[in-house]
Amino acid sequence: MFSYTVRRLGSLIPVLLGMAFIVFMMIRAIPGNPAQVILGQQATEEAVAAMTKQLGLDKPWFVQFWDYLAGLVQGDLGVSLKTNSPVSEEIGPYLMATIELALIAMIIAVVIGVNAGIISAWFQNSWFDYVAMVIALVGLSMPIFWLGLMEQYIISIQWDLLPTTGRDNIRDPVEAITGLYLIDTLMNGRLDQFFEVIRHLILPGLALATIPMAIIARMTRSSMLEVMRSDFIRTARAKGMKMFWVVYKHSLKNALIPVVTVIGLQTGLLLGGAILTENIFGWPGIGTYIYDAILSRDYPVIQSGILVIAFLFVMINLIVDLLYAAIDPRIKYK
Amino acid sequence: MKKSLALLLTCILALSLALAGCSSSTSKEDGKGGGSGEAKGGTLIYGKGGDAVGLDPAIVTDGESFIVTQQIFETLVKYGEDNTEIKPGLAESWDVSDDAKTYTFKLKTGIKFHDGSDFNADAVVKNFQRWAKSKDEGKFAYYASMFGGFEGDEGHVIKEVKAVDASTVEFTLNRPQAPFLKNIAMPTFAIASPAGLEKEGDGFTKNPSGTGPFKFKSWKPGDTIEVVKNEDYWQKGLPKLDGITFKVIKDNSARLNAVIKGEIDLMDGLNPSDISKVTGDDKLQLFERPSMNVGYFGFNVEKKPFDKKEVRQAISHLINKKEIIDNFFEGTAEPAKNPMPPSVSGYNDNIEDYDYDVEKAKELLKKAGYEKGFKMDLWAMPVPRPYMPDGQKVAEAIQASLKQVGIEANIVSYEWAAYLEKVQAGEAQSFMLGWTGDNGDADNFLYALLDKDNIGSNNYSRYANDEVHDLLIEAQSTADEAKRNELYGKAQEIIHDDAPWVPLVHSLPQLAGSKTVKGFVPHPTGSQSLINVSLEN
Repeated sequence: MFSYTVRRLGSLIPVLLGMAFIVFMMIRAIPGNPAQVILGQQATEEAVAAMTKQLGLDKPWFVQFWDYLAGLVQGDLGVSLKTNSPVSEEIGPYLMATIELALIAMIIAVVIGVNAGIISAWFQNSWFDYVAMVIALVGLSMPIFWLGLMEQYIISIQWDLLPTTGRDNIRDPVEAITGLYLIDTLMNGRLDQFFEVIRHLILPGLALATIPMAIIARMTRSSMLEVMRSDFIRTARAKGMKMFWVVYKHSLKNALIPVVTVIGLQTGLLLGGAILTENIFGWPGIGTYIYDAILSRDYPVIQSGILVIAFLFVMINLIVDLLYAAIDPRIKYK
Repeated sequence: MKKSLALLLTCILALSLALAGCSSSTSKEDGKGGGSGEAKGGTLIYGKGGDAVGLDPAIVTDGESFIVTQQIFETLVKYGEDNTEIKPGLAESWDVSDDAKTYTFKLKTGIKFHDGSDFNADAVVKNFQRWAKSKDEGKFAYYASMFGGFEGDEGHVIKEVKAVDASTVEFTLNRPQAPFLKNIAMPTFAIASPAGLEKEGDGFTKNPSGTGPFKFKSWKPGDTIEVVKNEDYWQKGLPKLDGITFKVIKDNSARLNAVIKGEIDLMDGLNPSDISKVTGDDKLQLFERPSMNVGYFGFNVEKKPFDKKEVRQAISHLINKKEIIDNFFEGTAEPAKNPMPPSVSGYNDNIEDYDYDVEKAKELLKKAGYEKGFKMDLWAMPVPRPYMPDGQKVAEAIQASLKQVGIEANIVSYEWAAYLEKVQAGEAQSFMLGWTGDNGDADNFLYALLDKDNIGSNNYSRYANDEVHDLLIEAQSTADEAKRNELYGKAQEIIHDDAPWVPLVHSLPQLAGSKTVKGFVPHPTGSQSLINVSLEN
């Protein structure tokens, strides 16, 4: 297991380098001179030249790339053109907000999705199976902004159960320490705020969880069906083992590998794809941060934001791979 | 496995009980002002669609920043509560010399900045020097555009700013500038604490200090900005609120949901289609911002066939403004006939708009040699703007109108930044755009948008008429209001005949708030001080 982990970590280096290179080139492929964009059309030629120099755009691309990498290694993600602050300082709170939301969404998606998938497979062709799969299909095709607004309208406004927007009660704001409010409120010893944060997480968490939940449910169901038809399960059942243990212990463990892949991929997607949910629920996350940067052509923010998300994506994949190895010991010998 | 399952179930049960308990306790807390604040005024939660870029008003150019800086900072002179008349601000009075080149301001005394330093003539001089000497167009864009560049530039308006004594400041101008007072009343020219600027450096934009009714408290990026009452504010009894929290909720409908739920007290950027939701809810009230904008359909007069006046006039006859307003603005706009709104002094109401007349349009097209029509590109903005809630839909309506005379319009769109850039560069044949006034002066509409000096800048039509240019320049350097209005009136006549645009609408931006909000007066410039606002049950 140790050597597998080391090998897997080593293979990350070229991946990360390649990723940095692609993001770097992508930004430079956008037509127009960033210096001109920053200064506006009325800027004099000298001003544009000075800005070009300041941004290092006058150097050959490989020098620029080298400088960029050297900066990255030292934790320098560039300076936002819009706010004039280092991106590494700005990005933290946005990232934490999204991570907290994505984590909750994933927990909701996995708990509901996996169980719905299992029960559907267990009682294949029952009413539950049909209903669950129809809901999953609807969930897959539901536009998130519509779902979010409906949640707000029905659950918050009509039923008055949960708050509509934000991460905390605006009239009693959470004092941020780590940026993960669930932890911050506990560190501040504010249990009331902790529950308030959970209340704020439920609606956006549900909206964000819908698609992965549907995918996970369908994946679990088909994977479980396949495993449950295999010989060892039939043997277990023939020996008189209780159905609950057959399903949740023997079948699930074997059915989990493809499901874990899907969970890993979906978690990565959630990080970048949270933008619509963030917009609707007033959630100050990284999707919004990058989206605003794109609108104002804040290149360093776009570049670093994409890179940070890509980095997390790669890390999640790493965790997934290590999980495989833990679930299925055969994998690490391959 | 069994044990852990039981444990999990117990946890879930405990959590739901706790949540249920806490939900009732927080709904109590949701009351305005957090319980204890009623007598003192409470904290207003203001919902807006975007975060501030920075809180140094001299640097920023966006409304989302100004709505915050206007609570923290003050200007020498300010606009009236619901108009752009000039009133005393930090200066209690002023004198203008006969040649309109010297302005002497008498400052109010005993005022302190939030950081404890004194407000005086020196502070004013330091602020103006900071802008004029910087020569940094990237940083102080508004200064350069309102005062003709920086110190030493040929067109620079302000020759010198000096402190005569601690409470008197004298501005000497290189040439008269009629809208000078209206310019320095813009929120961007607010007076910042020189001590704060020196201490914070570039960080001032995140830790601002001015003389305003509210002090900066905290900023959670992308989420909230908090300001609290300035207990030492120079106007006794003001502000009425204990504080304001600005909350970013990007989606207009979601922001309205938060108002309905009582999570926020006031919001801007209400969708016209949501107006009935507000008027139908007895806990809410609707606010209408007086119009100081224009949404228009412009032609690039350098490109064929729009280089011909008759073609532009023909299209002017084809646009049914009333229908556009009914269908896409829910009736909350007025049809435009001039490139500036009636709320701005100098508006020429004698002009008769091109009536909706297809036959006349056909005649004009025949005269121009386009009897059978032509193919054209119609650029439509990709984002909702205050003066145009849905550019694409309005473009489709125009497209349908043009089809009646055989003009085939192909709707083109780009991402917003690229759209502006390309239109500015003259790439669009015809395009939809608009403008919200900065300071309520006619110059800020007519000169900024249609003078030949501004081709390549805000004159997207690339319209150049020497006669109009002479009138606008003369109006710029005349201090006499009546004379100026006459000059602007004439300019509007010529522009109307040349028809470089079809002015479409002057929209009335809508805001929604809880009924508990009192004393809120929306200002035509798009943002205002909330000094007189209070929350009452």
